[in-house]
Amino acid sequence: MYPNDYRYTKEHEWVRLEAGTATIGVTDYAQHALGDVVYVELPKVGAKLTAGKSFGTVESVKAVSEIYAPVSGEVAEINASLVGAPELINTDPHGQAWLIKVKGANPSEVASLMDSAAYQAYIAEKEKEASA
Amino acid sequence: MTAPTTTQLRKTALHSVHRRLGAKMVDFGGWDMPVEYTGIIREHLATRTAAGLFDVSHMGEIEVRGPHALELVQHVTSNNAANLRDRQAQYSGLMTPAGTFVDDLLVHRVSDTYYLLCVNASNQDKDFEYIREHNRFGAEVENAGPRYSQLALQGPKALGILQCFTRAPIAALKYYHFAFGEVDGVACMIARTGYTGEDGFELYFSPEHSEKLWNDLLEAGRGEGLLPCGLGARNTLRLESSMCLYGHEIDDTTTVWEAQLGWICKPNKGDFLGRDALLAQKQAGVKRLLVGFEMQDRLIARDGCAVCIGGRESGRVTSGSPAPFLKKNIGMAYGPVESSAAGTEIQIAIRGNEGRAKIVPTPFYRRAK
Repeated sequence: MYPNDYRYTKEHEWVRLEAGTATIGVTDYAQHALGDVVYVELPKVGAKLTAGKSFGTVESVKAVSEIYAPVSGEVAEINASLVGAPELINTDPHGQAWLIKVKGANPSEVASLMDSAAYQAYIAEKEKEASA
Repeated sequence: MTAPTTTQLRKTALHSVHRRLGAKMVDFGGWDMPVEYTGIIREHLATRTAAGLFDVSHMGEIEVRGPHALELVQHVTSNNAANLRDRQAQYSGLMTPAGTFVDDLLVHRVSDTYYLLCVNASNQDKDFEYIREHNRFGAEVENAGPRYSQLALQGPKALGILQCFTRAPIAALKYYHFAFGEVDGVACMIARTGYTGEDGFELYFSPEHSEKLWNDLLEAGRGEGLLPCGLGARNTLRLESSMCLYGHEIDDTTTVWEAQLGWICKPNKGDFLGRDALLAQKQAGVKRLLVGFEMQDRLIARDGCAVCIGGRESGRVTSGSPAPFLKKNIGMAYGPVESSAAGTEIQIAIRGNEGRAKIVPTPFYRRAK
C-alpha cells in the first residue's frame, strides 16, 4: 500500500525523489480521511516551496485540507489532470494522482522524512487513538 | 462531587453495526455517529435515484400527554398544532420569548391528548427542560429519547422497499402523515417525513429491534440500489433541498421571518411564546433574510465564510458545500433584505480568495412529483 521508495510526512504527504526531481502527493490515509475529493488547488509552475509550508489545498465534500511541502524547491510541473478529475486522489493517491513535481530538492531533506515502515507505524498509532 | 473530566459520546443502538460496516464516525452533537460508509457522493446519489437508509436514532423524542397537552404544545411552538388531525405531523419552531429558535421540530399528533415531538439530538435535554419550565397547564412531559430508535428510509425506491415489510397502508399515507403498524414484525410509528427532499419514511420503534430492522431493510433493498447513508449525505441532501439546520440557518438569534419560515408561524392561533416579538418584527420589517446562492467559479464556500455585497461584509455563510446531485457549489447565507433578490451578485471570502456567487431561488433542488 505505501511504496517503499517513497518518503512520508506527519501531515500525510508523500514524496518520491528521482533524478533530482521530487514528485509529491497525498497518502491513501489522507484521501480516506478526507472522503470524496471534489477540488484541488495547486501552485503555479515556477513557484518556490518551503518545506513545512502550505502549497495548496485539497477539498472534499465535507472539508478543506492544506497540503504542506515535504521539501523545499521550485515547482517544475503540476498534474493538470486533477483539475478535471480530482477524484483520482481517492482512487490512485500514490500513482496517477501525484500533485506536483519539484526541482532543486535537497536529497538529505527527503531522507530525513519517514520511510514506509515508520509511516505505517505512525498511522497505526493515529488509528488506535481514534478508536480509543 | 467532581465533574466528569472527559465527555463520553452517546451511542445509538446501531453503533457497533456502523463500526462493522466500516463507517467513518464523528462527534455530532455529543453522539458518536456515522458520517459516511462508502462516500458522501455515492450515498447522496443513491438517495436521490434509489434509496438511502439513515440511522437517526440520535434525534430526540419528547412526549406531551394529557388533557392539557395541546395547550402546552401551542404555548411553546409557533405553528398551529390545533390544525392537526390524529396521525398528522407538522414542522414547527420551539420559540424563545424573543421569537427566536430554541429548536426546530416536528410535532406529531397521535391523539388529542398525546403529541410526540421530534427534536434535534444536541438540543433534546435543553428542549425538555424548556418545555417543562413553561408547562403551567399541567400536561405530562417526558424526555422519551431513550425509548426510541429512529431509521429514515428515503428516496424514490423507499416505498417499494418498505412495502415488502408491512401490511400498514403506507402507499396511501400522505406526506406529513403517519401510521402505526408492524414493519418486519416490529411495532413502529411509520411517518411519511424526511430531511432529504425525497419521498420516504421515518420509523420510530423500540431500540432493541434496531439491528434486525436495519439489517433486513438493507438486505432487501440492496438489489434496488439502497445504501446505508451517513450524516454527511444527510447534510448535503437537506442543503440541496434548502432545509434549515439548527445551529446553522437558525438558532436563538434568528426568527421565522428572517429564515423565510413564515409559513410555520401562525400568530392568529392565539398567544404563544415569542408571538409579540414576532409580530413586532413583522410590523417593523426584517433587516436580513436567508438566501440561497450558487458559486459562479470553482471555489467552494464553507460555513462561516464572510459574505460581501458591494465590498461590504453583510453576513456569513450558514451552510456551504458542493451539491453532489446538482453538481454545483451552493450555500445559504443571511444578507440585507434590500440585496436578497435572485440574480444579485455577491462575493464570498474563501480563505483569502474572493469567490463570486449569485443569489438563486430556493429550493436548489425539488423532486419531480
